[in-house]
Amino acid sequence: MIHVDRNEKLYIIISVALISVFFVALGISSFVYGIQVPVPEQRVDPRTIATPAPDNPFGEPGLRELVPGKRYDAYILAQIWSFTPREIRVPAGSTVTFYVTSKDVQHGFRINETNINMQIVPGEVSKLTVTFDEPREYDFICHEYCGVGHQAMAGKIIVEP
Amino acid sequence: MFARENKLTAWYLGVAMTALFIGGFFGPLQKLEYVGINFYTTLNKIGIASYYQGLTLHAVLNALVWTTFFIVGFFTFAITHSLKKELTHPKINLISLIVMIIGLIMAAIPILMNLATVLFTFYPPMKANPFFYIGLVLVVVGSWIGGWGFYLTYIAWRKENPGVRTPLIALGSLITMVLWQIATLGVATELLVLVIPWSFGLVEGTDPQLARTFFWFTGHPLVYFWLLPAYVSWYGMLPKQAGGKLFSEPLARLVFWLFLALSVPVGLHHQYLDPGVPAGWKFMHALLTYSLFLPSMLTAFNVVASLEIGARNNGGTGLLSWVRALPWGDPSYTAQNLAMILFVFGGIGGLTNSSYNLNLAVHNTSWVPGHFHLTVGSAVTLTFFGIAYWLVPKLSGKPLWNRKVALVQAWTWFAGMLLMGNGLHILGLNFGVPRRTMIGAAPYAADAWTPMLIEAAIGGIILGISGLLFYSNMLGTVLSKKRLEAPIEMPVAEPYESEPAPAWLDSWKPWLAVTVLLILVAYGPVLVNMIANANMTSPGFKVW
Repeated sequence: MIHVDRNEKLYIIISVALISVFFVALGISSFVYGIQVPVPEQRVDPRTIATPAPDNPFGEPGLRELVPGKRYDAYILAQIWSFTPREIRVPAGSTVTFYVTSKDVQHGFRINETNINMQIVPGEVSKLTVTFDEPREYDFICHEYCGVGHQAMAGKIIVEP
Repeated sequence: MFARENKLTAWYLGVAMTALFIGGFFGPLQKLEYVGINFYTTLNKIGIASYYQGLTLHAVLNALVWTTFFIVGFFTFAITHSLKKELTHPKINLISLIVMIIGLIMAAIPILMNLATVLFTFYPPMKANPFFYIGLVLVVVGSWIGGWGFYLTYIAWRKENPGVRTPLIALGSLITMVLWQIATLGVATELLVLVIPWSFGLVEGTDPQLARTFFWFTGHPLVYFWLLPAYVSWYGMLPKQAGGKLFSEPLARLVFWLFLALSVPVGLHHQYLDPGVPAGWKFMHALLTYSLFLPSMLTAFNVVASLEIGARNNGGTGLLSWVRALPWGDPSYTAQNLAMILFVFGGIGGLTNSSYNLNLAVHNTSWVPGHFHLTVGSAVTLTFFGIAYWLVPKLSGKPLWNRKVALVQAWTWFAGMLLMGNGLHILGLNFGVPRRTMIGAAPYAADAWTPMLIEAAIGGIILGISGLLFYSNMLGTVLSKKRLEAPIEMPVAEPYESEPAPAWLDSWKPWLAVTVLLILVAYGPVLVNMIANANMTSPGFKVW
């Protein structure tokens, strides 16, 4: 082994302890609090994803009501340089699952002031769920560079009373 | 002795600095655009078509060209001088330089012609001109060739010096080159297999998710390829410059080996929010990323203890007031010490990014460029400036043009990065301001962002001025007619304790085995699965 100074040894022990605390904190917040990240949901073909078809919800993107006033699915199609739809209205207290994909290049999807933050990769569907409690507006923004019009790519969620 | 090595180093450094000059030029313009001062309509007249073409130049020239050329050049110098042995096959290293320059030109032309406005991540299915990708491959392959020249020299040194411990500066540099060669297998595969045939139209579609995964296989160890040369200087040279010795030489070696083993199997922490990667693999990479915190913690203690030895040798006393006895009048030292201070903030922010859950709050916001301007833009770049303050006089045989200007340069870089870093971090965390976006033209930009946008812009302007001070000093030195009165030697820190490091800290096989094993465990199954199920369905798009 190598000779290590006494103070340095103590410091190393504290460092390792600190990292162990981080490990535990990561585990607890990820599994106990149920932090969600996008995981493989569905593979799609970006070349035909915008084509309306009975089994393709992205052919007619928009909000689907599952339980009135309570539960919704939102299908959003990203393309240069806009989201379809650009605006979504839901009542306060509703839980919305977002399904987002791209028909061209990579995009991003982040609803500010929420935990909804996803990469949008053509060929994959990104999915996350959030509950909107208060009536207010949220911006959703493309955060991945997608060409010269990237800065214009955004939309709004309006949570109604 | 070393005439050829010094000349090669000078060439690498010259190309690196030229790239940073052009790339850096766009930095302040980007921050001015944030506050509504848009120079891009003027730049249209000299052929810069958009904010994003400028941003591509800024990112590729600074993050890829400045770093890679500086590092290979610095290592050409450091390895040979540390081993006290000239390159055994200097032609190989000359070929490395030539291939890298050809690659740089080949990649630069499409960017300048607005045929590759794809930023430095070039995520498919955005499709650039094929020569952009081929140029990047040549820069990487050129740097590999340089590495082979180093290894051959090292093998020859080893034969002449059996049983002798490899000097720390040479060992750290060689480990960094090996790390780079393993890491770049990812981006090389992405470019050669997926992207280049597709950009030529030989195949119709590509798989963007798979391409991203190959990219980030390289993308995270890339940051250690940038950082470890700074560590070589902080451990191997800076204690000497401070008048001290390296506190724990064996632990310094251990740090380099740990970075080799742990740098690659962590890349998925850049892809926490990717839809095509299973959560279990993301979580595993999160834990492995946190293990990388250990070698950086070890470095903090060891380097500060080494500097303290120097300060006390210089007459420093007290629990903390010894800090005043560090050589703050020496610009090379000062730049590197300030770089370390900024790295503390960069490192803490990095823990946030690599956290599986906190990353949700900051992913792809301006927090991220805030973070990497404190790391590669400060810890690395300001250290390289500090190295240049002794290395360029050494190579040119001329004294540094103006030490005071160099000191002001180091402090203004520090101040500018603090302001810009703070502004960008807060904008990302509090407001979700997206990264690499023309914010001045974004319809969703809010009034509440303005104070921090202004702070970031002021930081950017100070950095621009600091950059000009650096270049005036470099030009002033090289063009001066004065000659050095006494020759400059590479500063080499002696170990504080005379006992040599144990053999397992100077032994490649076990560490390489651990490295390969960790990569296979952390990437093997997930990557095999993604390759087996590849969806080559994305045609290319030119979106600029």
